[in-house]
Amino acid sequence: MNSTTATYKRLLVPGLFFLILILLATFPVYGSSYNVVLLAAILMYVVLTVSWTMFSGPTGYISLAPAAFFGVGIYTAAVLGKMLPLLAVVVTGGLISFILALIVGTITLRLRGIYFAIFTFGLVVLIKELLLFYEIVVTGTRGRFIALVDNTTIYYVTFGIFVALMLTAYFIRRSKHGLALQSIGENEEAAAHIGVNVTLLKVLIFAISAIFMGATGAIMATRWTYVDPYVAFNPLFSFLPVLMAIFGGLGQLYGPVIGAAIFAYLEELLLTKFPYYYMLAFGIILVVVILYLPGGLVGLIQRWRKGGLAKQSANT
Amino acid sequence: MLVAILNIVIFGLLMGGIYALIAMGLNLQYGVARVLNISHGEFIMLGAFITWFLYAAFGVNPLISLAIAGPLMFIIGFILHRTLFTRLRTLSPTTGAYEGSSLLATFGLLFIIQNIALAIWGGDMRGYSYLNFGVNLWQVVFPANRLVALAFAVILSLAFYVFLARTRLGKAIRAAAQDTDAAGLMGVNINLVLALCFGLGALMAGFAGLLLSMIYPIYTTMGLQYTVIAVVVVVLGGLGSIPGSFIGGFILGIIGSIVTTWQPALAIAAYYVLFMLLLLVRPKGILGR
Repeated sequence: MNSTTATYKRLLVPGLFFLILILLATFPVYGSSYNVVLLAAILMYVVLTVSWTMFSGPTGYISLAPAAFFGVGIYTAAVLGKMLPLLAVVVTGGLISFILALIVGTITLRLRGIYFAIFTFGLVVLIKELLLFYEIVVTGTRGRFIALVDNTTIYYVTFGIFVALMLTAYFIRRSKHGLALQSIGENEEAAAHIGVNVTLLKVLIFAISAIFMGATGAIMATRWTYVDPYVAFNPLFSFLPVLMAIFGGLGQLYGPVIGAAIFAYLEELLLTKFPYYYMLAFGIILVVVILYLPGGLVGLIQRWRKGGLAKQSANT
Repeated sequence: MLVAILNIVIFGLLMGGIYALIAMGLNLQYGVARVLNISHGEFIMLGAFITWFLYAAFGVNPLISLAIAGPLMFIIGFILHRTLFTRLRTLSPTTGAYEGSSLLATFGLLFIIQNIALAIWGGDMRGYSYLNFGVNLWQVVFPANRLVALAFAVILSLAFYVFLARTRLGKAIRAAAQDTDAAGLMGVNINLVLALCFGLGALMAGFAGLLLSMIYPIYTTMGLQYTVIAVVVVVLGGLGSIPGSFIGGFILGIIGSIVTTWQPALAIAAYYVLFMLLLLVRPKGILGR
């Protein structure tokens, strides 16, 4: 009995995962075009949130740089969009973000936790201001136009990035590097003493997570006809992934996915109708989650399941 | 040439007074209470809007509003710390974890305060005209409201410094800044002192917002840029060092004034470059231990 439930459980999770993947992959066939656009937007937030969690979840370094990498991706699409094929643009966006993250990571990851948060946020504003200066003074314009791409293509590219990200995040978690990353979060000095190459690992994972943010920026840019530095480097793209990840819970891989999916859907529902109240609710939920749900939604589910198990064992 | 340089320096000092006030407030909240308050700028915005509202609706002199806007901010800050941050502090296993979770909580506060203000006042620029005439000093004409703002910023900062250096409560705050736990063991009511610090930080933000509203047009999303300036000044002056923040405010004001004369679009970028260099070269700040 026990072994059958165990095999059943072992098959259930991957099976469910593949079912969701197949449903997502075939979605443009049966979904309406509005829903395809909506799902692409949800996937974008999921990618930003999961890639944020990939580095910041285990290490505890709060990175506020997602908007910087996302914006770099957007500008890659704006500059190269008309010269290169779409996939090349997306890959280039990822690579430029990777290189930027390598540089930033090498300089800053020696900083203590909270300074790292401020520094990475500063990076977003710095790039925005410099770009704005460059565009106004040198090119004499403020924004750029972007070649449009049809929605199904956007959806499939975003979906591809999502799958690649989930696989990367999964294998990093399962590998010894995932464990090393966790130990950095718990006690960095001890991790260094055991023989973890702390700096290299932090910089590398930080840079890998940036690839996906940059690539998402490059594909999402094609949805907007016009971008300027204010749109591309909006600090909200730094704050939202952090909030979504914490709402979902950092402990498990699926936590940020759930958190981002719920919030992205709520945003779509509420943002156009009640913009102020949506952001207000966002703030309230964040404070409540930090105060009362340290593990996020996942923590809540786990506690509830543990409670259920405890009751079961009490009955037998 | 000399007049031009003098002009730049004096305009830098005029702005620096307000920067110093903002930074001293944040330094109390981060240096002592360990809350890196990203919503600091929202308290500045609230102070500015309350002053504007009192002036526009009842004709209250902005300088009289000091006695209204400031204490109101203090009460909000004090209650916030007693409820939200005290709970977070007792829940957090380490200081590092507390710094992280309180930083995120203040993000939530930023969204809450800003969007309540947006719902009430909307996103338009507001402003009023107060003491809006030129004063001729050494062949350079200064707006009177800027001079009054500078004078009040300096007076408030000095009064605050004397409070920290000379009173018993000030001593308790300085002790808590050095070592929170040890101060608690020495009989300091630590929860009360930290809440007072957070409230005083909000009070300074309220004052700064009031002075800003006399000079510039105000809008509900103005907060974040001042938070950023405050963080830069706090790191520049040194964490937990009130004199450092005071001097740092004037230094940043002068730097801002120099860059603005040369290339106005690069002022904020210059603050960041300075900040990043500082973090890499001397994270302790100029007066930090």
